[in-house]
Amino acid sequence: MSTEHIDLRPVTTSTGQHRFQGLLHRFGLQIGVVGVALVVWLIFLIGAPDVFTAYPIYGAFMSTTPFFAIMAIPMTMVIIAGEIDLSFGSIMAFGMTAFDVVLVSTNSLALAFIACLLAGLFAGWLNGIIVVKGKVPSLVATIGTQFFWRGVVLVVTAGNGIGLTVAKGTIFYDGVVGRIGGVLPAQMVWTILIGIAMWFLLNRHKFGAHVYLVGDNVESARLMGVNVERTKILVFTIFGLVAAFAGYVVSVEVLYFWPTLGEGYMLNTLASVFLGGTSVFGGSGTIFGTFVASFVIGAINAGIVAIGWTGFWTNVIYGLIVVISVVLQAVLSRKLAKSRSR
Amino acid sequence: MDNLLQMINVSKTFGEVKALRNIHFHVGYNEIVGLVGDNGAGKSTLIKMITGYHQPDPDGGEFYLKGKKVTGWSVEKARAYGIETVYQERALADQQPLWRNIFMGREISNRFGVLDVKKMRQETSNLMLHTMGFTSAAVSADSVVKTMSGGERQGVAITRALYFKAELIILDEPTMGLSLSETKKCLEFVADIKKAGKSCIFIDHNIFHVYPVVDRIVVLDRGTIAGQFSKDQISLDELMTRLYRVAQTGRLDTSGEA
Repeated sequence: MSTEHIDLRPVTTSTGQHRFQGLLHRFGLQIGVVGVALVVWLIFLIGAPDVFTAYPIYGAFMSTTPFFAIMAIPMTMVIIAGEIDLSFGSIMAFGMTAFDVVLVSTNSLALAFIACLLAGLFAGWLNGIIVVKGKVPSLVATIGTQFFWRGVVLVVTAGNGIGLTVAKGTIFYDGVVGRIGGVLPAQMVWTILIGIAMWFLLNRHKFGAHVYLVGDNVESARLMGVNVERTKILVFTIFGLVAAFAGYVVSVEVLYFWPTLGEGYMLNTLASVFLGGTSVFGGSGTIFGTFVASFVIGAINAGIVAIGWTGFWTNVIYGLIVVISVVLQAVLSRKLAKSRSR
Repeated sequence: MDNLLQMINVSKTFGEVKALRNIHFHVGYNEIVGLVGDNGAGKSTLIKMITGYHQPDPDGGEFYLKGKKVTGWSVEKARAYGIETVYQERALADQQPLWRNIFMGREISNRFGVLDVKKMRQETSNLMLHTMGFTSAAVSADSVVKTMSGGERQGVAITRALYFKAELIILDEPTMGLSLSETKKCLEFVADIKKAGKSCIFIDHNIFHVYPVVDRIVVLDRGTIAGQFSKDQISLDELMTRLYRVAQTGRLDTSGEA
C-alpha cells in the first residue's frame, strides 16, 4: 500500500454538527420513513384507540401486507440498479400456471412448487436479457413482458382457475401461510427472511455493492471493471424468482389460483419502494425503508376504515403520504448536499 | 529496449468513425509521458484502450506489456498488470460513500463474495488521514461523494489509483475543475510518481501543466500521432508554436519523429 501524502484539502476542525450530518446522511432514509410510520400510527391510535391497542389489527397487517411487501423488497434492488420491472404481476400468475400444469401432470406439490419458482426465475432472467442484450429500456421491456406472460397464462389456463385445497395440511400450506404458534402468520416470517436475505445481498455482498454502483453511475462502474450486464440480469432474475414465490403465497392463502393473479399489486408495491426512500433515479435506497413503508401502506386501508372514514379515502391518503414523503426526502437531501458543498 | 507498455499499429473504429489510426505508442519504465491534443484528437479513446475498456480493432495491431505480447485485453487484465487510471470524469459514484468508491469493482471479500465492510471502512479512513490529508470530521469513510468539492473528489480518485499499487498511472485531465492550489498539489503528485519509480501518462489540455512534469510529450491529432518530443528536444515556447500549427494544419511540420 502506498503512503504518499497528497493533502488535497485544507484542515478543518471537528464538530458535533458534522457528526450529526454524517449520521443523517447514512441513516436519513431510514429515519424519514420511521418518522412517517410513527405519525401514521399515532393518527390511527388517536382516531381508533380500541382497534389500535389490540392484537387483531396487527395480526391482520402481518397477514395481508406480506403479499406485496415480499415483492417490494426485491423491487427495491431493481430500482437501486436504475431499472424498473412492471411485469411482476404477470410473473406471479405465470409461476402459478407452471405450478398448475406440473401439479396436474405429476400430482406432486413439491415438483409443482419447484416449477413455480423456476418459471419465475426464467421470466425474470428473460426480462434481464431483453433489457441488457436488447438494450431496451426496462420500463418498455417489462410492459411488453407483462402482456406476454399474462397472455401465456390465459392461453394455458383458458381463463379458468384451479383450487389448491390439496395443499391444505401440508408443509406447502402450513410452512407458507400457516399461523406459527396459532398467531403469527408464516408469510410474515417469509417477508422478514426475504428482507434479511436482500439486505445481506445489498449490503454485505459484492453483488449488492455492484447493484448500487451500476444504479448510481453505470459508466463509472463499467470503467472500474464492474460487470454491469451480469449484475442487471441477476437483479431481474432474483425479482422474477421472488415474484413467483409471492404468487404462490397469495394463491395458497386463499387456496385458489385465479388467472388474474397479480393484478392490482402494482400501486402498493411501487408506493412501498418510493415511500421507503429509494431514489427513482437509482443508486440509493434501503431494504429497511421499504419494509417499514410496506406496513405503512398496508395499514392505511384498514386504518382509515377503523377511524370511521369510508374506504374511498384510501387512495387520497396513499397519494398524499407518498407525495409528501418524497418531497420531504428530496428537500432534506438537497439541504444536506448544500450544507457540505463549498 | 523493453518498454513498460508498447502499442504497435493499433487502430480503433466506432461505426463509421475512425477514432484512432495506426497508433505507435509506448511508455518506458519510470517515464512520465504527456499526451496532448485538441478535443476529439483521440486522447480519451487511446486511454480507454490501454485500460481495457475499449478493444482495439481486430484487424492487426499489437499490444505489449513489459515486453510480453498481450491478447484478450480487458479492464481486469489491465489492473492485474498494474495499470490504474484517474479518469476525466473521475469515475466516482456520487451517491455512494467514500469506502465504496475507493474499492469500486475491487471490493475486499472472501471467496464467496461476502464483503469485509469493516476492513474497507478502516482502510478508507487510513487512506483519508495518511494519503489524502482529510483530517476534518466533516468527511468520513461514510461520506457520500456528491457532498465533496472538486479537489476532494480528485483526491479520492488519485488515492484509489495509488492504493492498488499501480505501475502505470494514467491521469486523464486531472487538473480539470481544480483550484490553483489544488492544481499545484496535483502536479506535485505527478512528480512524486516519477520519484516513486513508477510510470505515468499525463493527459491535459493545458500545456503549462504538462510541460514541467513530463519526460516526453506525444501530440495526438485527429486520431493519429502527429509527433513526439523528449523534453530536452524542445522548449515550451517552441512546443506551443507547433501545437498551434497542428491545430491549424493537422501537421506538426517539424523535425520531431512521428
